[in-house]
Amino acid sequence: MGGRDATMVLLDENGIRCDGRKIDEPRRIMIKAGGLKNADGSAYIEFGDNKILVGVFGPRDVHPKHMSNTDTGILRVRYHMEPFSVGERKNPAPSRREIEISKVIKEALEPAVMLEKFPRTAVDVFIEILQADGGTRCAALTAASVALADAGIPMRDMVAAIASGKVADTIILDVNNEEDQAGQADMPIGYMPSEEKITLLQLDGVLTPEEYKKCVEVGVEGCKLVYDLQKKALHDKYFGEKAD
Amino acid sequence: MASHSVLDELKRTQILELLEQGKRVDGRALDEARELSIEINAIPKANGSARIRLGDTEVVCGVKIQPDRPFPDTGDKGLFICTAELLPLSHPTVETGPPQPPVIELARVTDRGIRESHMIDVSQLVIEKDKSVIGVFADNVVVDYDGNLFDACSYAATAALLTSKTPKWNWTDEKPVLSEGEEGQLPINTIPVSVTMGKIGNYIVVDPNGDEWASMDARVTITTDSDGNICALQKGGNDGFTLDEIVKCGETSIKVGAQIREKLKSSSQENQ
Repeated sequence: MGGRDATMVLLDENGIRCDGRKIDEPRRIMIKAGGLKNADGSAYIEFGDNKILVGVFGPRDVHPKHMSNTDTGILRVRYHMEPFSVGERKNPAPSRREIEISKVIKEALEPAVMLEKFPRTAVDVFIEILQADGGTRCAALTAASVALADAGIPMRDMVAAIASGKVADTIILDVNNEEDQAGQADMPIGYMPSEEKITLLQLDGVLTPEEYKKCVEVGVEGCKLVYDLQKKALHDKYFGEKAD
Repeated sequence: MASHSVLDELKRTQILELLEQGKRVDGRALDEARELSIEINAIPKANGSARIRLGDTEVVCGVKIQPDRPFPDTGDKGLFICTAELLPLSHPTVETGPPQPPVIELARVTDRGIRESHMIDVSQLVIEKDKSVIGVFADNVVVDYDGNLFDACSYAATAALLTSKTPKWNWTDEKPVLSEGEEGQLPINTIPVSVTMGKIGNYIVVDPNGDEWASMDARVTITTDSDGNICALQKGGNDGFTLDEIVKCGETSIKVGAQIREKLKSSSQENQ
């Protein structure tokens, strides 16, 4: 993807990051519930320069049939990047990275969705990355939760997600693309605030045990900020002035 | 990996009942990994290899070291690639064909743990900057399945890398030429050790065996380095962890990881 400036300073002496943010300040986040006509539920998120669209279908019949489960519904997630979403054109076929992220997001959403209420059916979540700029899996998971809620699928809670990390020996919130490429650690976290449960967690990079604890805590606090924006997006659609 | 069956449901009940009494199905303590046995240099034609058993899970890792072209943006670094594959003979439910998502995850998590620890100093694997570098490929194959492939593949690859012998190449006439008879060790910075923990009900167990693996609600794999730092992590499974649980898992991974690191170290030193 390539950084914008190879000699860029990740954190200056005043504690300001390469894109002008403070260490605990997330990027600009805009979430919109709904928007797609044919999907049962949808959401659009702009998270910094990430632009992601999510559509949800179901509960509906399972094809192929052998995938269905008589005890519970199943959740299927596809995370897919458009060829034009990154600097150099991306091969449109799903990469191993996309397959892994699809699985990680699916497993982050499963604890939230009450699939047991819909045996023999499937809920399909389609995530399309229109533009990527670091932290797509967190933004995608955040938007997918809103889209599932928008589809009216019973949930225990929404999963909010954001990455914490380490640049210039400092724990920061919301790692951007430059910080991910040049920084010391990146820890995407998905969290259900009312269940107090971490459902997505990954880490690239080296952390001491103390930094590790701090990093998880900073991430969980960040998720709570994102969670408020998810609720606001749903509120705006269903109870806002322009609600139809 | 292995499919879920009615038998697994019954086993889960039994596993949970035992855990309530502080016991595990195979008699281990909750924070105890299975017996790890390591056979170094099992594949003499590879530059390094290891065949390891973690309980009844068995993995063979072979390391191939050969000249390769560098990635365009990292001409001053050699390549390190680690893969993992489930062979059809490892379990009755494994089928041939393109790898399924769990196997792709396995390969990527194994690779990430070793890569992110900077175990191999790839900056020393350059033959001619921007033109030719040394590629180190650690390929894991699972030959017998009894849960926790993440740690088994990680230990196999680490053991194989620690004991690999690398040939030397010189840059002559615009191509790498093998320097006969010269052999060295790989440049090793640290020894990464992954520790996988499964959550079954409200209990967290280290190194789940096959039955525990089929019964667990969620898992987390944490890799630590020789300095006791945490360098990679992957949560999986369709349930979550509390903040306290995740912090405790970090501590457990450092403690259990240190024991396994000693084992990896001593078995590689015996085979130098």
